Amino acid sequence: MAAETADTPQHPPQDGIAAILKDAGIAALISLALALPLFGFRIVGFGSGRGLALEERWDWVVTAVLAVFAGRIALNLWLRRFRAVLAIGGRVGDGVGDKIGQAVAAAPRLGRILQAAKPAFRIAVAGALLAVALAWPAFPFVDRYLLDLGVIVLTYVMLGWGLNIVVGLAGLLDLGYVAFYAVGAYSYALLALHFDLGFWECLPLAGAFAAFFGIVLGFPVLRLRGDYLAIVTLGFGEIIRIILINWYPVTNGPNGISGIPRPSFFGLPFAADPPEGTVAFHQFFGLEYASTQRIAFLYYVILALALVTNLFTLRIRRLPVGRAWEALREDEIACRSLGINPRNTKLTAFAIGAMFAGFGGSFFATRQGFISPESFSFIESAIILAIVVLGGMGSQLGVVLAAVLLIGVTEFFRELEQFRMLAFGAGMVAIMVWRPRGLLAHRDPTIRLHARGEKA
Amino acid sequence: MEYFLQQLINGVTLGAIYGLIAIGYTMVYGIIGMINFAHGEIFMIGAFISFIAFLLLGALGITFVPLALLLVLLLAMVFTSVYGWTVERLAYRPLRGSFRLAPLISAIGMSIFLQNYVQVLQGARVKPLQPVVTGGFQMFKGDGFAVSFSYLQIVIILVTVVLMASFSLLIGRTALGRAQRACEQDRVMTALLGIDVDRTISTTFVMGAALAAVAGLMFMLYYGVIDFYIGFLAGIKAFTAAVLGGIGSLPGAMLGGLLIGLIETFWSAYFSIEYKDVAAYSILVLVLIFRPTGLLGKPEIEKV
Repeated sequence: MAAETADTPQHPPQDGIAAILKDAGIAALISLALALPLFGFRIVGFGSGRGLALEERWDWVVTAVLAVFAGRIALNLWLRRFRAVLAIGGRVGDGVGDKIGQAVAAAPRLGRILQAAKPAFRIAVAGALLAVALAWPAFPFVDRYLLDLGVIVLTYVMLGWGLNIVVGLAGLLDLGYVAFYAVGAYSYALLALHFDLGFWECLPLAGAFAAFFGIVLGFPVLRLRGDYLAIVTLGFGEIIRIILINWYPVTNGPNGISGIPRPSFFGLPFAADPPEGTVAFHQFFGLEYASTQRIAFLYYVILALALVTNLFTLRIRRLPVGRAWEALREDEIACRSLGINPRNTKLTAFAIGAMFAGFGGSFFATRQGFISPESFSFIESAIILAIVVLGGMGSQLGVVLAAVLLIGVTEFFRELEQFRMLAFGAGMVAIMVWRPRGLLAHRDPTIRLHARGEKA
Repeated sequence: MEYFLQQLINGVTLGAIYGLIAIGYTMVYGIIGMINFAHGEIFMIGAFISFIAFLLLGALGITFVPLALLLVLLLAMVFTSVYGWTVERLAYRPLRGSFRLAPLISAIGMSIFLQNYVQVLQGARVKPLQPVVTGGFQMFKGDGFAVSFSYLQIVIILVTVVLMASFSLLIGRTALGRAQRACEQDRVMTALLGIDVDRTISTTFVMGAALAAVAGLMFMLYYGVIDFYIGFLAGIKAFTAAVLGGIGSLPGAMLGGLLIGLIETFWSAYFSIEYKDVAAYSILVLVLIFRPTGLLGKPEIEKV
């Protein structure tokens, strides 16, 4: 039976109601096979031994199959209409690749407009985004929740920009980025608790530690290419997490570290009743105490950190090392023959990316006041990488769009709890199928000897 | 000595399960050069379908263990294959010929989706199953420690050996296997020779999913508990096994699975159980540094 399912047509039928019905019928049959075991039965009644039973849910199966049947017919009808429109325009696809992807990609989209637009327009969009970001805490509709959300989105924007150096510019696929984030967070937490250092003193130290880890981990493995590098970095990410879980004397294991000091505004703490002998932020400025003051401060801290990351990337792209990263991404062999040392060049990208993750990590620790290994699981790495790739690798603006879309939008589904990650996963697949090169297309090298030819 | 022998048996059993999953990774990587990140989730779905099939057979009154096992095996393989096929059709086929990272991101998304899909449908709680296959041999009794070789372990090792042997034959001797190996070498040329490349790739996914389903069934029988999260760790270890053995190589996947199973078991037995996963990853890193193509992989020739 399994082999037979491979016989279904690869492309939706061209025309004819009968063909459409047949196609939808096959899709419904497959969905029946998919739904039967997992929709149809639910394992219930846990406990010892024979207490287990199955609960039957035939209505779910019927609903799922009918939905697929109807959906497939609708899709085919829509595609047929779409193809007719295309044919009039004389732009029928060349028959290679998936018709759905082709049809959808042919439609005008925001990303395409942005991509084709003049640099001036892009700068205007970036400027508008920056203005909104700067004014965000001042908007009247922004409550504590939205402010928090802004902090979270900006954290991911910053991490995305940091990872963009590694993945987008240098072309190194890093699936363990969260390890450096964790190093930064634990560095800050431990330094602040044991040595009584403040946030701003710890920040460079945390970045340095993370960069050091990047060099130590990167040195032996950076000569690996592509997917091998991906899997090794994934392994490193997991190793760091396992060590954090098991190294009780230092990290307090799975219980994590709590009571991490909050940042203060040039020595002025954000507290309703400050400790004896200190003046709180609201007292100093003669304001009413509000808990949002601290969050607004955190918001501007992460905004500044993110902008520093962005500025750094924009500038370093113009330095020899930045050029070398992009060249290395395009063609490693050519680079080697031109005397660029691939290992050292990659190592700088890896270390700098790690450093920004370290900054992000310390910020995370100070914002939460509590960290545990649970916050640094693989899924975080996957989300950050998804932001970079979905945005369009190497595109700084794309990272912002993708972070807002992935984090901000799925956050609104929070009430649906378990459906949130379901939608997140499905969204990742959908965006990739719809625009494989990201929302904004892949960034070209900053300079080129010859203009790019017809071949994309 | 007895302790060592016992760990050897346990390690081989675990290695058999990893090896079965690793074959799915290595075949897909060989043919389209992508890490099928969702493969671990296919394994997890296989375990859930096996679990449900067992309960269903129990409710139908089929309690003769060998028959029940065989039926569950078939049911799990068939239904899990449909999942494998659908994942390829929806998430990977539209991206064929796209740039390198796109299928990987799509696969990670699919993995997140499937995990939460099962969590939503079947609940997040751990599901324990009463042992189905019980009993076993006792060898070298004495000194208060006996080496036991349970029937379940024998079943797992036997089924794995049979499956791997038949798979090697399938790849090596049949037209389908020839088509797969041809696609691995040159997809355009294969298509020119009249082979339906898309269908061959689909079949590869179906075969990988069927083997993952068997691994899922065995995992469930061996450990007795499953939850929606088992796919992640097992998947990563199986991928490690595939890389260790040399990705794209079928015997390599089996060897790698066996090695990862043994390393993990011996490390937990003699050193520390907390760091057993670290041991597996460290071995992976060491192998990649000193033998980047894996133990049985062919060296990649760089063409300019």
